[in-house]
Amino acid sequence: MREVTKYKIEGFFKSTLLHLFLITVALTCLFPLLWMVGSALKTQQTVFSDMSIIPHNPVWSNFYYAWTKGNFGIYFLNSVIYTVTVVFGIVIVSSLAAFAFSRLHFPGKNILFYMFLVAMMIPLPGSFVPLYVLMTKLHLVNTRIGYILCMINVGLSFSIYLLKTFFDKMPSAFEDAARIDGCSKLGIWWNVALPLAKPAIAVIIIFNSLNVWNEYILATLILSSKSLMPLQRGLMLFQGTHITQYPLLMAGITIAVLPIILVYLLMQRHIIKGITAGAIVG
Amino acid sequence: MRAKSTIENYLFILPAVLIFSIFFIYPFYKVFSLSLTQWDGISHFNFAKNFIGLRNFKELLLHDRVWWNAMGHAGYITFIALTFQNALALALAWACDRDIKGGNIYRVIFYLPPVLSEVVVGLVWRWIYDGNYGLLNYWLTNIGLGHLARAWLSDPRTALTCVAAIHCWKGFGWGFIIFLAGLQTIPRQLYEAARVDGASSWQIFKKITAPLMIPVFILVSILTILGTMQVFVLILSMTGGGPGYHTEVPVTRILASMIGSSRFGYACSQGIVFGAILLVISFMQIRLSRYMQKA
Repeated sequence: MREVTKYKIEGFFKSTLLHLFLITVALTCLFPLLWMVGSALKTQQTVFSDMSIIPHNPVWSNFYYAWTKGNFGIYFLNSVIYTVTVVFGIVIVSSLAAFAFSRLHFPGKNILFYMFLVAMMIPLPGSFVPLYVLMTKLHLVNTRIGYILCMINVGLSFSIYLLKTFFDKMPSAFEDAARIDGCSKLGIWWNVALPLAKPAIAVIIIFNSLNVWNEYILATLILSSKSLMPLQRGLMLFQGTHITQYPLLMAGITIAVLPIILVYLLMQRHIIKGITAGAIVG
Repeated sequence: MRAKSTIENYLFILPAVLIFSIFFIYPFYKVFSLSLTQWDGISHFNFAKNFIGLRNFKELLLHDRVWWNAMGHAGYITFIALTFQNALALALAWACDRDIKGGNIYRVIFYLPPVLSEVVVGLVWRWIYDGNYGLLNYWLTNIGLGHLARAWLSDPRTALTCVAAIHCWKGFGWGFIIFLAGLQTIPRQLYEAARVDGASSWQIFKKITAPLMIPVFILVSILTILGTMQVFVLILSMTGGGPGYHTEVPVTRILASMIGSSRFGYACSQGIVFGAILLVISFMQIRLSRYMQKA
């Protein structure tokens, strides 16, 4: 009996220490975000004197000013446009290709597929230099379509790989049935393959959305008009010109971060599954 | 009939191959040809006229001190990420790999920093570190350590370490998820059997967990090295490479050659040299992992 009590007390201490450790780390993760939101609710006058995380008199007008005068409304809209079009493009283009690589037959299939694989593995730092040169040549600098096409390319290899491995594991019975019913290849892709691949497509949508929303360097090189810039670019521009207007900057950052956090909280199960899959691919 | 079907099949991969050729293969080829030239990026480009042979590489390998210092900075951040960040990630994963209350909440919180953009993380921390208005100095003064207060990101002695710390803050959640997934594949019976035999937690870790986790350790370290060596957006948003050249890393140098000094050819040669170094590192790691798995 004494043994059992001793065991219990020991277990209690162990789990308390464990939780203490975990909670400390969790707080360090959350603190900068709380500080960001709290500061966005202060004014330019109180932000340097009121060091509390939750301000005494919260002011909501910063969000309004950031949205209108800080141009974050435009940046936000641009980010939405880029994210939706790029992700849509990636899903269509990569699922067509992955379907062909998995189910159809044509000469050079394996070589072409390995080409996409190798592209994922060769590190090419500074590839933005020739890409910029190319965009200038094609007159795609400072255009939406130029940025969108570049970003579709960024997410393509990984998505094709993920979808192909998914299609490979899928039983072909449904397709055979559809084919016997006279369904075309395109019809099979749209009516059979895509609906069955929903889990893989969900992973592709989530990861590419995060990636496009957070992208900075290509947006900087390709887009130079304020009216075309996405949020990340806009944030850096704002920080550079209004160096100590912290409440407005924090309001802008909150606007940029809020959609990400919402999507993350809703989709966290898929996301965590996806990272593990992604790491194995890499 | 057969030929028509094959053409139809090619149509499925056509969009992907087109985009890939234009935006990946062409730039890939272009990096190599541009690296042999001297070109400002604006004037009319003529390969024969702009050709200067291997002079860019010679200058880079022999005379560019700033570049090799930048490589050293990236190496320093990578070293910190490999040790501190991964040790923390492993410790957290080990702590969460059991039936603890709120395990999923911890997991959600730890993976929050990795989903944020580097610009956002950099700008928020830049303010916390600020010499005049920063929260860090305010706290230090309040708890009587005012003599430690400084302009963290403009002091050459602290700037790089501060950036490395934030890189780890942003990255440990990712390592945590991978380690946790690895730990959860280890059959519980092994632990129970060892415990019945009277093994201590440390012995269990050393004799069961660590050997089974070797492939995961290697995977995480390869990805940490490749990812951290190429860090740069975080640097741009925190210090812009300053003070002086104290937080420059290879990719910010490539950007500086391209935008700052309009030397497109030189920027490409930097990209090639850096890419080659990364390739060598990952080959060495893969060889090492094969060797360790055999042993």
